Amino acid sequence: MIRTEEMLLNVGPQHPSTHGVFRLVIKIDGEIITEATPVIGYLHRGTEKLAENLQYTQIIPYTDRMDYLSAMTNNYVICHAVETMMGIQVPERADFLRVIAMELGRVASHLVAWGTYILDLGATSPFIYAFRDREMIINMLNELSGARLTFNYMRVGGVKWDAPEGWIEKVRDFIPYMREQLAGYHQLVSGNEIFLDRVKGIGRYTKEEAIHYSLSGPNLRCTGVKWDLRKDEPYSIYNRFDFDVPTSENGDCLARYNLRLAEIEESLKILEQAVSQFPAEGDILAKVPKIIKAPKGEAYVRIESPRGEIGCFIASDGKKEPYRLKFRRPSFYNLQILPKLLVGENIANLIAILGAIDIVLGEVDG
Amino acid sequence: MIEELLQSSPGWTNFGIFFLLGVVLLLVVLGFVTYGILAERKVMGFMQLRHGPNQLGGRWGLLQTVADVLKLLLKEDIIPKAVDRPLFILAPVIAFAPSFMVLATLPFTDKFQFADIGVGLLYYIAVSGLTVFGMVLGGWASNNKYALLGGMRAAAQMISYEIPLVMSVLGVILLSGSLNLNDIVAAQEHGWFILLQPIGFIVFFIASIAELNRTPFDLPESENELVAGYHVEYSGFRWAFFMLSEYVYLFGMSALITVVFLGGWLPPLEILGFIPGAVWFALKFSAVVFVYIWLRSTLPRFRADSLMEFGWKILLPIALANIFLTAILKSILGA
Repeated sequence: MIRTEEMLLNVGPQHPSTHGVFRLVIKIDGEIITEATPVIGYLHRGTEKLAENLQYTQIIPYTDRMDYLSAMTNNYVICHAVETMMGIQVPERADFLRVIAMELGRVASHLVAWGTYILDLGATSPFIYAFRDREMIINMLNELSGARLTFNYMRVGGVKWDAPEGWIEKVRDFIPYMREQLAGYHQLVSGNEIFLDRVKGIGRYTKEEAIHYSLSGPNLRCTGVKWDLRKDEPYSIYNRFDFDVPTSENGDCLARYNLRLAEIEESLKILEQAVSQFPAEGDILAKVPKIIKAPKGEAYVRIESPRGEIGCFIASDGKKEPYRLKFRRPSFYNLQILPKLLVGENIANLIAILGAIDIVLGEVDG
Repeated sequence: MIEELLQSSPGWTNFGIFFLLGVVLLLVVLGFVTYGILAERKVMGFMQLRHGPNQLGGRWGLLQTVADVLKLLLKEDIIPKAVDRPLFILAPVIAFAPSFMVLATLPFTDKFQFADIGVGLLYYIAVSGLTVFGMVLGGWASNNKYALLGGMRAAAQMISYEIPLVMSVLGVILLSGSLNLNDIVAAQEHGWFILLQPIGFIVFFIASIAELNRTPFDLPESENELVAGYHVEYSGFRWAFFMLSEYVYLFGMSALITVVFLGGWLPPLEILGFIPGAVWFALKFSAVVFVYIWLRSTLPRFRADSLMEFGWKILLPIALANIFLTAILKSILGA
């Protein structure tokens, strides 16, 4: 007698393709997934609760550890929130340094997304090429901030360190190099038939679904919604730069993949303009009190991180620590659509879909 | 020499000589595996901006694989409690034994061949098909869900790719009129079969990658999906046996491609005939191995369902069309 039964399979938290400590309990019939339940929290460190006992400047290093692939945007969102509450005007030079750092971070983050995604799909070399180029960015940010990943670079009112001598030139030289590499990436992977077969039409969702699930970043733009906070609610000095918001109509994994590479291109455009307009001199830190106390009240700011909208809500009762701090962490929201996408797919597609969402577990678990 | 020995009456001397030759072949193969793995790591290293092994045995890492094997030998032999013990122990042996058996028929030069049997090509393909039993058994006996999925994939993949593999060499058999590997080489005196059978060669090469379980067809292992596939529960020397059989097959398949499509030990031009056949064989063989390594470091992996579709709906019809075309051309142009 032949008998078939559904199998419960634990993918993770030590599975190589879950990008960290993400666990997924799937029910499979053969190789077809009938139900998927994500389990998160393995990397939860209680950033928000810890922040309630920390001064604002002390919170900044904690934000580095949330989305550790693009710590600069996290740095920025907390500083931006406090600055908004206190009404601080950031000096121009500091703003430029912030934008350059954030855009370099965005390129680095998308490079990791690209490399690891192809690695998930079984090709080993592109991953190493991506990490070589990311390494150059990391070295530059290291020179700027003194750290490779957890920068702790920004401060309320500006940035901690000025650009070292020759640094701006280094960034300038990096831009054409990266463009060349990007063309190489497309040549190596984007047209590969096997790759296209793996991602085309996989993990598709519509515009409405994306909005209902509160997706953001490339995960939202892949459905054709032109929504980028750098354009739609310009913060810092983004309104000075000319760049596009790439979108796609397909809503599948290939669209997300292409958008990330297109966003690298746009980031390079911003970097090019920022480097050429970089003010020769000026302050890097506004006049802020020694001990930062946000005035009583609430504020919510949101910016565009490589993964989507990262938001920061601060409720202050006028003390030097926040009364309550809350981060809207885009990876966490983007992950919510996963169980829906996985039903009916096979295990190979699971990897492709999860990789295309591009989560960072430090940010999912907070 | 071997021919004479085979004809002579059996005796201890004969047995001794054959045993010795077998040991020599084993050493050659193990030597290849040792340095084949090193070559793979080095070549992939160069392609991926790394150095590869460069610590043990000089800057070329010449002793790295030896050390790795020693380490595997010294590892604790772990047999998980829940496994099907006899099958679990048997599986690596079943996977390895055929991989070594197939080498007997391969003519490395016009003199160095162990068994010049009439249906050498058929023998190779038939015996190499046995290895899949080892993988399926290993996957099943491990009592692990990932291993089971890997074993299932291995069975599905190897069965469906064996068919285009056989079909694609039929063109060669039609042209040479023999299943004997020596005759096939002899038939290539005036043109290699890679030139006369380009379609057959491409189909054969693709199917051979699937047979070897190498990227882009490494689905049974696919470390990003199934962690390690059918050998996820294996460690130490049992695991080494699975790996060994994989690399011995790489050796066997590269040698087979050299023999069937690249003219074996024959020189590319007759003027170059003064260079011994073994050198030509080694050169062609290395080139084939290099292409396998090259593909591994370049391509992403197929998805299980599109892999099946590719095998049955694309490769097989092409292989059949190739046979048809070859037969027509042969009857038009004459023998």
